[in-house]
Amino acid sequence: MSEGIPVAPVAGASLAGLRTGPWLVVLPIALITAIPVLVVLSALADPDQEIWNHLWQFVLPELLGNTFWLVLGVGLGVTLLGVSLAWLTAACHYPGRRFFSWALLLPMALPAYVTAFVWLGLFDFSGPLATWLRDEFGIMRPPPIRSRGGVILVMTLALYPYVYLTARAAFQGQGRRLMEAAQSLGLSRFQAFWRVALPMARPGIMAGLLLAIMETLADFGTVSVFNYNTFTTAIYKAWFSLFSLPAASQLASILIFFVFVVALLEYQLRANRSYAASTRASATPSRIRLKGWHAALATAWSSLVFGLAFALPVWQIVDWASGIWARDLDERYLEFAWHSLLLAGLGALLVGALALTLGYAQRLHPTSAMRITARLSTLGYALPGAVLAVGIFIPVAWLDNQFIDTFGLDGQVLGGTLAVVLLAYCARFLAVSFGPVESGLGRISRSVDEAAQSLGVVGAKRLWRIHLPMLRVSVLTAAALTFVDIMKELPITLMTRPFGWDTLAVRVFEMTSEGEWERAALPAAAIALVGLLPVMFLIRNTEHANH
Amino acid sequence: MRKFLLAALAMLAAATGVSATEVVVYSARNEQLIKPLFDAYTRETGVKVKFITDKEGPLMARLKAEGRNTPADVFLTVDAGNLWQASEEGLLRPVNSKVLGANIPAHLRDPDNEWFGLSVRARTLVYNTNRVKPGELTSYEDLAKPQWKGRLCLRTSKKVYNQSLVAMMIWEYGEEKSENMVKGWVKNLAADPFPDDTKAMEAVAAGLCDVTVVNTYYFGRLMEKKPALPLAIFWPNQQLKAANAGVHVNVSGAGVTKYAKHPADAVRLLEWLSSDKAQNLYADVNMEYPANAKVKPDPKVAAWGSFKPNLINVAEAGKLQAKAVMLMDRAGYK
Repeated sequence: MSEGIPVAPVAGASLAGLRTGPWLVVLPIALITAIPVLVVLSALADPDQEIWNHLWQFVLPELLGNTFWLVLGVGLGVTLLGVSLAWLTAACHYPGRRFFSWALLLPMALPAYVTAFVWLGLFDFSGPLATWLRDEFGIMRPPPIRSRGGVILVMTLALYPYVYLTARAAFQGQGRRLMEAAQSLGLSRFQAFWRVALPMARPGIMAGLLLAIMETLADFGTVSVFNYNTFTTAIYKAWFSLFSLPAASQLASILIFFVFVVALLEYQLRANRSYAASTRASATPSRIRLKGWHAALATAWSSLVFGLAFALPVWQIVDWASGIWARDLDERYLEFAWHSLLLAGLGALLVGALALTLGYAQRLHPTSAMRITARLSTLGYALPGAVLAVGIFIPVAWLDNQFIDTFGLDGQVLGGTLAVVLLAYCARFLAVSFGPVESGLGRISRSVDEAAQSLGVVGAKRLWRIHLPMLRVSVLTAAALTFVDIMKELPITLMTRPFGWDTLAVRVFEMTSEGEWERAALPAAAIALVGLLPVMFLIRNTEHANH
Repeated sequence: MRKFLLAALAMLAAATGVSATEVVVYSARNEQLIKPLFDAYTRETGVKVKFITDKEGPLMARLKAEGRNTPADVFLTVDAGNLWQASEEGLLRPVNSKVLGANIPAHLRDPDNEWFGLSVRARTLVYNTNRVKPGELTSYEDLAKPQWKGRLCLRTSKKVYNQSLVAMMIWEYGEEKSENMVKGWVKNLAADPFPDDTKAMEAVAAGLCDVTVVNTYYFGRLMEKKPALPLAIFWPNQQLKAANAGVHVNVSGAGVTKYAKHPADAVRLLEWLSSDKAQNLYADVNMEYPANAKVKPDPKVAAWGSFKPNLINVAEAGKLQAKAVMLMDRAGYK
């Protein structure tokens, strides 16, 4: 960004010829993620042959298959739900649209494993549905929820909002003129959607899809509730049950490699085509007015997804919480909520700013080195949280030990401070912010830059006066995603928080780890409530932006 | 209201008492299970207890990373497997304490005194009273026999409680026999393994299967919520003549960290946790059994009847845990 800053000479021939200015900004950001990932992978230097052989023979075949089907199923599921609902609420008019446009985001505020547990409670053998079937019809074995299909269904319901939000931002960015132009060229409305609107929204859809897939790969809570073995469960098993960190990092490195390849492929596919809109998004979107059974179908589809992904779990959570709130709710909850809000707020700001910097540097210098560096910076999201937490904690503790030994300090400098928590959030959630920002930047035509340049608006000024206003929806989307993700985040918060610094998510953990799901309902409901208020505000804001 | 008063009292005590000393605890036992104890300790002694909770794996990784400069004085966790691992990683130090030696029986602590069990958890059988006659049940091992085909529910093998149970079997029978037994269990399963003890018991109550293996406090909690469920506890392995007969027990426990800054205070905390007063509180909060043999269990817990526990040192479970995990993988126990 700092085009005016004199370029400092950098040692090393490999960087020669590159403009080092942006690298001075980008490299430190990339290191925040790269260091923990490298720390985890460094255990590879010390392979554990016996355990690796065992995993290879008895564990890996199953988990490869399981992970493959899970990613495929969830990927298809979130795309179907996310894109269809984003299109309906962004471009159409039907009964309930206004409500659904923000309500369909609500499932995002529920930690996926809470949704999973609710579903399991309702539909497993001992749940009300199975009991009813058994008592009324003598059906002893209804289709089992604890199955591959069950995990895919629950994860799809928990993760589709990622695609919904980014796809919606993309559809909204297109404005209405695009569709009108397509239709004026003789395409039917349906064809116009398939051939123009959808391809144009692809960067946004892919950004959300990539997030959902990375989240799926890193998930531990949901798959544990379903006892469905994936890479994550195998990593945990190698580490915590077989006590082999090397074997765990061998598995983690396969996972990281896989995600990196997918991310690069996706970028490569996208880089070959430009999707930038030629004009600024139309400010007056006249939506397609759905009528008759089209409208009924749209309302039914939205209601179904909303009901299964949010209303049903929340109904169960409220039911649980109502039984115990009188006993459990005390003034400490104010503190939990405040801590959660503070961390999520600061985290979203920081991560959002870093993502914008990274995205902007990539736009100014679209070299493959820059592209790969940006991709590397987002890998933290695909690592299971506890693994990444350790990868962060080891270098922090090492630094602290250097400080203590060198300066004869009495205690830790970094460890146990909020700075470490926030740094760790950056390593984990950069992907969450980077996706929407990158796709948003991609929609801004290069000609805008050139026009600005010709008018002498360059550098930070161009970002501030031209790009940021155009990026508003994308940046808000990025911040909202990060905010809600941090509200729910657990392993990193647990590992790096200061003494006594508990959040709502930590409270959920305390209760669920002892199987006290009813008591976990109260903090879970609080996460949904506290996390959603700002998101709803943001959504309304983006709605108005296009009115 | 009472909680509020207690909190106010604690704050007052903290403000007035010149608490020059404090103990820092890394705990894999939940906040709601340990905080009442630490609060009581602070009230009684004026020593502040600072603690952080997390899962045992990350806590051990944290201790290791912090090394000599760790602020932690005490590492507190559940299951001997985890305690053994902490000691194996060199994270704990031996403690010479007459009080702990007298209060905690030898089979519930580390042979080198690096950690001490502070509460006992019994892993036993729970059956459907409508579908099983108590005479049918005998031992963990018998659950592998064909008569239980399609009648058994189990929690997943990923939980350390099951890993310790199988580790103890390896200790008793060797790997080959244990593996055949676990294969028998898997063959008898009525449904895929459940994510927790409670879910497994609910499946038994619903009639999906007839018997499962759980820690007793989960049974206590479930029955407190739903007293009408047709479930009862059975104490297995009581009839066997062998020296290693008895119900599989494990501990939650603690040790003093190798680089503790306040080692004497840490030992005093452990000693207090093993004392009558704390033991009552410690086990009762979670319906576990006291580790201190002189302390009687909570009446609710005592109502389940008395049993003969397995007296093998629980540290053996730790040593054999990795073997047990691999064995369960081979046997197809998910």
